[in-house]
Amino acid sequence: MSALGLEKSPQLNSHGELQHLLTIEGLPRDVLTRILDTAAPFSEVAEREVKKVPLLRGKSVFNLFFENSTRTRTTFEIAAKRLSADVINLNINTSSANKGETLLDTADNLAAMQADMFVVRHASSGAPFLIAQHMAATGRDHIHVVNAGDGRHAHPTQGLLDMYTIRHYKKDFTRLTVAIVGDVLHSRVARSQIHALITLGVPEVRVIAPKTLLPTGIERLGVRVFNDMREGLRGVDVVMMLRLQNERMQGALLPSTQEYFKSYGLTPEKLALAKPDAIVMHPGPMNRGVEIDSAVADGGQAVILPQVTFGIAVRMAVMAMLAGN
Amino acid sequence: MPITTQLPDAEALCAALAEDMRPHVDPATTALVGIHTGGVWVAERLHAALGLQMAPGSMNVSFYRDDYNQRGLHANAKTSQIPFDVEGAHIVIVDDVLHTGRTIRAAMNELFDYGRPARIDLAVLIDRGERELPVAPSFCPHSMSLPATQVLALERAADGGLSFRLIDK
Repeated sequence: MSALGLEKSPQLNSHGELQHLLTIEGLPRDVLTRILDTAAPFSEVAEREVKKVPLLRGKSVFNLFFENSTRTRTTFEIAAKRLSADVINLNINTSSANKGETLLDTADNLAAMQADMFVVRHASSGAPFLIAQHMAATGRDHIHVVNAGDGRHAHPTQGLLDMYTIRHYKKDFTRLTVAIVGDVLHSRVARSQIHALITLGVPEVRVIAPKTLLPTGIERLGVRVFNDMREGLRGVDVVMMLRLQNERMQGALLPSTQEYFKSYGLTPEKLALAKPDAIVMHPGPMNRGVEIDSAVADGGQAVILPQVTFGIAVRMAVMAMLAGN
Repeated sequence: MPITTQLPDAEALCAALAEDMRPHVDPATTALVGIHTGGVWVAERLHAALGLQMAPGSMNVSFYRDDYNQRGLHANAKTSQIPFDVEGAHIVIVDDVLHTGRTIRAAMNELFDYGRPARIDLAVLIDRGERELPVAPSFCPHSMSLPATQVLALERAADGGLSFRLIDK
């Protein structure tokens, strides 16, 4: 494969099947739909006496977390274990990286331990891509890479579980208006959501945020931008809240979290502007009283906990599809 | 020129299979589990013909197949549904065609992840031989042999009628 080809579609093999999952951007609709379809039977596994299927028996999945995360790492771990894989968790910010080992040296060492799959989270955009490219360039095509969140770039399994959730409640993507609200600037989740929604045929994707939390040129992705939350929520079917990422903020992007809540926090009063059957989503962890009011987070329209449950089935589907290709 | 094989009537085989099974099932306690996709259709027929009380279950055994490493996971949105308690139950696994026995092994492994059945039987419309595992049907109205290059598939028409078709691999 040429270097150019690798850059164009590093995730698909020569048969158009998923080899790695690095980003939703550029994946064709039928691949996204196939992942969502495959996740459906996996969601039933959790209801059995034995919550396990033998698909990945004898495979080793390494969770490589160069950045802290409890929920994502846990759901990947549960998903891999329900597929009967052996799971090894490495929190690298507390290990070799501090001793000066490079990213690719770490990956090479784990590959030498007969790894079958890397689930990678990294603060730098492109780190999982770099590992996937390195594995391909060194003839280790049997090792698969799943991006579990890289910098501000992508969080594809979160995007996919969000699509699974929307499809579960709303069935048809092609009649929906969806609003993504909050800190889009720092959010890899928002980027994955936008690419997925547009690829799956959602006719109107709105982004609602203050100008300081919007990347320049976001309209080019095909979204409608609103700076006024009330205006943006009018008539939407799905409200996707984003977490205000305090740990990534540099400088004074916001006056205060109280001010932010006043303008961009989702309250019952603001939610009433959406369609009466609109669902409310949040990727977690939530900042109650900052981007979302407790009355909404715990209310009847919130599907935040089902998102977590669906996330396991979607991650099982992704890992099972990759390992079989 | 391809040789046209005369295929048996699927509806007549469903009726014959039900009669084979009738003396051996208890309508109050026997449960059927059909294997997607053809087995589910046959299980529906048998359920009605035998007047069983428990709703039939269905299984998508692709998570238990032994050829995953060669073939990968093909898109199959069918969900396994076992609407009764497997623990201590008399279960009849239902499929359209019995061939190598590998699907049945996968189905039995899957069933045991729901509980420990008291007894498992196997009902199929056609046994085409060429077994690769020690699996034998409990009930089977028809046997035939076919070239390994052909797949025998059960199909359902828009009006619900079942028929067999031969597909070249």
